[in-house]
Amino acid sequence: MMARAVTLALALVLMAAIAFGAPYVVSDYMVRIILLIALNSIFVLSLSLSNGFTGVFSLGHVGFIGAGAYLSGILTLTVEQKHSLLPHLPAFLNWFSLPFLPATLVAGVLMTLLAVIVGYPLMRLSGYFVSVATMGFLIIVNVVLINASDFTRGARTFTGVPLDTSLPWVFGWLAVTLLVLWRLVYSPFGRRMKAVRDDTIAASAVGIDVLKTRLLAFAIGAFFAGVGGSLYAHYLGSFSPVTFYFAMTMNLIAMLVLGGMGSLSGAIIGVISVSILSELLRSVERGFTIGDVTIPALYGASQIVLGFIFILIMIFRPKGIMGERELSLGFLNSSAKIQFKQGEVK
Amino acid sequence: MSDLVYILQQMINAVSLGSLYALVAVGLSIVFGVLKLTNFAHGDVMMVGAFTTVLLIGVGMPFIPALFCGILGAALAGLLIERIAYRPVRNAPDVTRLLTSLAVTYILENFGILVFSSSPRNFPLPDALNESWQFMGGAITFTNINLLTLALTFASLIGLGWFITKTTLGLGMRAASEDMSAAQLVGLDVNRLIVVAFIVASGFAGLAGILWAAQAGVIQPQMGFTPLLKAFVAAIIGGFGSIAGALLGGFVLGALEIFIVAFLPDAITPYRDAIVFSLLIAFLLFRPGGILKPNREIKL
Amino acid sequence: MNDSHSAMFKLQGLQVRFGAVRALKGISLHVNQGEVVALLGANGAGKSTTLRTISGLSRPSAGNIFFAGQSITTFPSTKIVRLGIAHSPEGRRLFGGLTVAENLRLGSCSRSDTDGIAADTERMFSLFPILRERRPQLAGTLSGGEQQQLALARALMAAPKLLLLDEPSLGVAPLLVKHIFEALAELKRQGMTMLLVEQNMKLALKLADRAYVLRTGSIALHGSSAELLSDDRVAQAYLGAAQ
Repeated sequence: MMARAVTLALALVLMAAIAFGAPYVVSDYMVRIILLIALNSIFVLSLSLSNGFTGVFSLGHVGFIGAGAYLSGILTLTVEQKHSLLPHLPAFLNWFSLPFLPATLVAGVLMTLLAVIVGYPLMRLSGYFVSVATMGFLIIVNVVLINASDFTRGARTFTGVPLDTSLPWVFGWLAVTLLVLWRLVYSPFGRRMKAVRDDTIAASAVGIDVLKTRLLAFAIGAFFAGVGGSLYAHYLGSFSPVTFYFAMTMNLIAMLVLGGMGSLSGAIIGVISVSILSELLRSVERGFTIGDVTIPALYGASQIVLGFIFILIMIFRPKGIMGERELSLGFLNSSAKIQFKQGEVK
Repeated sequence: MSDLVYILQQMINAVSLGSLYALVAVGLSIVFGVLKLTNFAHGDVMMVGAFTTVLLIGVGMPFIPALFCGILGAALAGLLIERIAYRPVRNAPDVTRLLTSLAVTYILENFGILVFSSSPRNFPLPDALNESWQFMGGAITFTNINLLTLALTFASLIGLGWFITKTTLGLGMRAASEDMSAAQLVGLDVNRLIVVAFIVASGFAGLAGILWAAQAGVIQPQMGFTPLLKAFVAAIIGGFGSIAGALLGGFVLGALEIFIVAFLPDAITPYRDAIVFSLLIAFLLFRPGGILKPNREIKL
Repeated sequence: MNDSHSAMFKLQGLQVRFGAVRALKGISLHVNQGEVVALLGANGAGKSTTLRTISGLSRPSAGNIFFAGQSITTFPSTKIVRLGIAHSPEGRRLFGGLTVAENLRLGSCSRSDTDGIAADTERMFSLFPILRERRPQLAGTLSGGEQQQLALARALMAAPKLLLLDEPSLGVAPLLVKHIFEALAELKRQGMTMLLVEQNMKLALKLADRAYVLRTGSIALHGSSAELLSDDRVAQAYLGAAQ
């Protein structure tokens, strides 16, 4: 426990240093990548709560991110923008404009409520069934985003969102996410989550309320998904429903699984590895010349390589890089090990 | 009178759409039956079938042989997917196998983009198949490709019916989806059964992909995605893992979608997919065994 | 009778583990041609595990399985059935969504002699006449006793040289149990070699020539049926009493 706390404290200090120092040291391109890594870390950490620690493999997480992004986008548009871009917005929304932070909090809270409503029935399902059902939720969110054009401009690009998201904002929220999740996962509640994941029947036999445990994990994950969605919206400035669909889902799942589904530091390591790997592959994909040999642009090749790496991980290291362990300073290492049945959702 | 004609036309549309859903759902259910795997790559096997056909038509092969080669191409793709990706994780936990199938989807779709680019292409349907039949002064219309779709759907489903009731392999496939170790005890070669199941399921995916693309008139690498999602709904409505259930679910879903579009107010129509997937969730929650087996337990 | 060198079937020091649990701790036994051997013991003694391991559904961590002069320890189930070992499993494990006729047909899926299969199907219908009536019915809709008869018939359709029977009386009405054991006695008269796992000790010893008594994964007792019927230690093994 001690070692993990020290590691966490060091991580927070390091994050503060990057958040305020990076723009002075590295290029804008690097700053963008660092920001996206931190943002994706929020997404993947919040996803790990249900998918990794509680064993409810949701495919609907991006639904919360997307809904949060749109919600916070609508709230922060200026009144003039609302009149010109969203002329049919109902009266109760079109006379005010919220600053970034309150809008982000509203997105988080409303996504939590949505998760409770959606999760109350869905968290009764297990295994494949919950994956397919949450996938249904994602599709429903997508359909609503496309068709509720009074609010979202439909399939057209939603634009004009102020570009408020900066490194300190993202790292600040990442720190909050990490602290909350760390407290949660390594608490009695965290042990209940893992018990539910490892053996649902045994967990309910010892008196754990399976539905409540799953629902809490799902809802807290949705809070940070909503917050992250808001940050993403204010990073992109403009986006459309397809931004928050299966491609993003796949990407987040790849990061989570690569890092290790039962580990917070694993989630972040997964994000960093996949981000760096895709940047590298993307630069190769654009085509290059060595001597007289010109390799033409091969669009899609980087994703193919990523896909194969993913399958190899599934075959040879299904627990990911970290599995159930946390990154910890070796000389302080005394973390209690809990036997982890790899990703078993029975 | 004209109401009746309108209803008749919508019924034709429902059967036409339902038969495509049924073709896709059947393959999903076959694979789920023997492997208990939700095979997300099934939609991409459809794409492989459609692209193979289009490529062969492009080099001058007539439509019908190209169609059969497309089916073979899809079956071959299914065979390779099983060998390379699914067999190594066959005994892994459910989630691992689900993720593997997502990764296969990811690879195949991007492979499609790499080879064909992500922009849609025309499906070079022979003119003869585009000819339409009109009755009652154009109130009832269908084209030759509609007819061919129905004919091929029913022919292939009758063929499948024969296969799973009359041949040892087909019976074995059904037996294995009920009880894998009992199937081993009577001496069925489970490896072989799984391979056959993948070939048959992927062949059906190929046929469905070709017909889907022929009706839509375009192909693109992500073309299998929407039909796959709909087929999930169809298969689950009918009872996941059951072949008869997948057929029933396909036609029920086709009829439901046409009903929503044709008979409900225009304000609701765009939410068709939301309604369909709400239905999926409702079935998972309240009738997980599907229409046919309301009392089946969910295997947790 | 105890000449294990010429035995048709033999287990040598068979051990099976499930994770940390040692389910079988070194079992040796043999079955001679034409013999019926019973495997007795309390619940959890390892009887079903023994049969499942013989059929290739579980893999031994040590020991060997010999059949008809060769080691079949590492063979896949398909090959084991083809060599002539059929298994009627505990709980029957019929294909409930398939008809009686289809279940029987799958029982013969390891064979290719069409005439022999047809003749054996007829033989099954005369051994278990109720199955003839139920031919087009789904197996899942049969009564417990009918299902047990079908499970037996399905195993016999493989034309086995050795029949493994796991709890043929479980969940069957007493009257039908009698009928099933009469059928087994008839099979024995016809020369069928059987390894029988059965909770009902009296019934099993009446049919069997010899028996082994298993206790928590090892063989505790072994002898002819007549000896064991009058041996108090058999009952003790069932009750799990100390030696």
